[in-house]
Amino acid sequence: MAQIVIKNVRKEFGAFTAVQSSSFTIEDGEFFMLLGPSGCGKTTTLRMIAGLELPTSGEIYINGEEVSQKPASKRDIAFVFQMFALYPHMNVRKNISYPLVSQGMPRDQVRAKVDEVAGILGITRLLDKPVGGLSGGDRQRVALGRAIVRDPACFLMDEPLGALDAEFRERMALELRALHDRIGATTVYVTHDQLEAMQMGDKIVVMNHGVVEQFGKPQQIYDWPATTFVARFIGSPAMNLLDFDGMVGNGTDHVWLADTRVQVPRMISGASGTLTFGVRPEHVRLDDAAGFRGRITATEYLGTTQIVTLDTPLGPVKARCGSQIAVRIGDTTGLGFDPRSITLFADNGHALLSVANQKVLQHG
Amino acid sequence: MAEVRLHDISKSFGAQTALRDVSMTVPDGAFVVLLGPTGAGKTTMLRLVSGLDRASAGEVFIGGQSMAGLTPAQRNVAMVFQQYSLYPHLTVRENMEFPLKSPLLKTPRAEITRKVAEVAEILQISHKLDNKATALSGGEMQRVSIGRALVRDPAVYLMDEPLSSLDAKLRADLRVELKSIQANLGATFLYVTHDQIEAMTMATHVGVLDQGRLVQFGPPREIYERPVSIYAAGRLGQPHINILPAGLFGAAPHGAAHIGLRPEQIEQGAGQDSLVKRVEHLGDQTRLHLSFKNHDLTTVTDAHTSLKSGDIVKIQPLRPFYFDAAGIRIV
Repeated sequence: MAQIVIKNVRKEFGAFTAVQSSSFTIEDGEFFMLLGPSGCGKTTTLRMIAGLELPTSGEIYINGEEVSQKPASKRDIAFVFQMFALYPHMNVRKNISYPLVSQGMPRDQVRAKVDEVAGILGITRLLDKPVGGLSGGDRQRVALGRAIVRDPACFLMDEPLGALDAEFRERMALELRALHDRIGATTVYVTHDQLEAMQMGDKIVVMNHGVVEQFGKPQQIYDWPATTFVARFIGSPAMNLLDFDGMVGNGTDHVWLADTRVQVPRMISGASGTLTFGVRPEHVRLDDAAGFRGRITATEYLGTTQIVTLDTPLGPVKARCGSQIAVRIGDTTGLGFDPRSITLFADNGHALLSVANQKVLQHG
Repeated sequence: MAEVRLHDISKSFGAQTALRDVSMTVPDGAFVVLLGPTGAGKTTMLRLVSGLDRASAGEVFIGGQSMAGLTPAQRNVAMVFQQYSLYPHLTVRENMEFPLKSPLLKTPRAEITRKVAEVAEILQISHKLDNKATALSGGEMQRVSIGRALVRDPAVYLMDEPLSSLDAKLRADLRVELKSIQANLGATFLYVTHDQIEAMTMATHVGVLDQGRLVQFGPPREIYERPVSIYAAGRLGQPHINILPAGLFGAAPHGAAHIGLRPEQIEQGAGQDSLVKRVEHLGDQTRLHLSFKNHDLTTVTDAHTSLKSGDIVKIQPLRPFYFDAAGIRIV
């Protein structure tokens, strides 16, 4: 079991800075997601926790011990990669046994341990099969088995589901999370898939260009993004971001969008100039009485809900509404916004503090 | 543009049957999406329409004419594949002009220029026309390969998972774009995917394929709300429909073996106790993984629910589906 503390960690490759002074804490037993687009520094961060890369500066503590300059073999961790690297000439049992045999564990103990792990993963019937003929999912289970069998303090996973197709990924995600809940070991998991991060993670770090954009619980990050990057990256469709010219200050409770007064949470910070009005699609409702108008340009049926795209004076807006509502492309309608859910951003992309988001943003 | 009709099509590869007795009509101007897992026969159907493969039995008609014995070029179809195969030594413009320069078409130079400019505008790649094809991002390359199909005026566009190699954001943008291009052109599209979001959001009609058979054909809403079988019901909807023993919640109609519950068919707060096993906050909604009489089920609840793992929540079916032992829907 392990708590991992990342403190001012920085990594440079020559002139390129992969990770800029990152700090966050992974609590013991957490399922922790490192999320971001490719090149954001998430894998580099994971590799520094593993000891496969050494940070240029900063400290990494595993259970209170500073390990940043120690090699991987001196850290009690197990790594699971996207490409499950199994030994092709060995059967499943030998693949899972390998880490224990190389530690010099007695054979009967190895056997008992492998049987136990195979039971947890539901692959007992495969133990004597060659790995060559296994399905993608079973290969991934074997790779997991090889990681679990060592009882490490912490699992590090780099897009372990990235190579699987959508339907199967969904199932493996549930399985992985259930496995975590049974074993309880700290897990650090890298992904670029925001839905996977929301679905599996206790906490998420969102990274972009080597910078930690936000750190917190999935629902808090979704509701109260710290930056426009997070607002765009989390959620599908993304948060609507409408640029407008305006001014807000302490106590402001409304803004003017295209000459329409729109209520927002009471602000406790100020800015003027180009501001950005952020609202999630499910907090936009089609309301013919509303003053802010848009023309419907597309609808996307999704079963229970539908996504309606509208052209407004401030750019396109997407609304998520019930699929029973009849909408016609080309119609003009008003748009209402749930005033409790609005985030305003300054022109540097950072969220402005309001009574609604201060709790999340000041403690995140 | 034209109607495409498949009449009693079968296709075998050696001992393996890829398609069995498929009859389907793609109406003129329709956007038909073929949906099914790997191996269901989707791509085979597309290849039979294009003329890249020949049916073992049955006939394909395009615009009312039998395609028997006609080559892909003679069929006047345009194809877009998952892997954009652009000519790397040519510019974007030259790639898009290529199909129009076919000796079969004899398109005048001025017409070629006009058409390419128009399509580039629609796909927002006008500023890239003089770039080498290889100097583009993945999304741009796929736009060019779609553009190369759109410059022509074929009887039907055939697309085989054209968006699946793109990242999520670009895929979402191109979904909307493709749909509006198709609607504006009034073009006939036959489109293959295993992505249910693409099927639901773009299609006028979805064809559900199961091991070489067409099991349901209709608008996405009809397949979602009135699936013919457990299999068809399972093709659409996230989270997946729950399939449970028919009598689990009480009396079931005669002949029912399974009850099918989409998340919105599970009413919360009334009925019998279930145990919350896991709560997933996805942002716009929260998924509940429940245990009910030793069966797992998944439903959706309010984004800011206070429910947590270990809580008890009452549930009952709300206008559920019932299926017989063979998986065919009876209610």
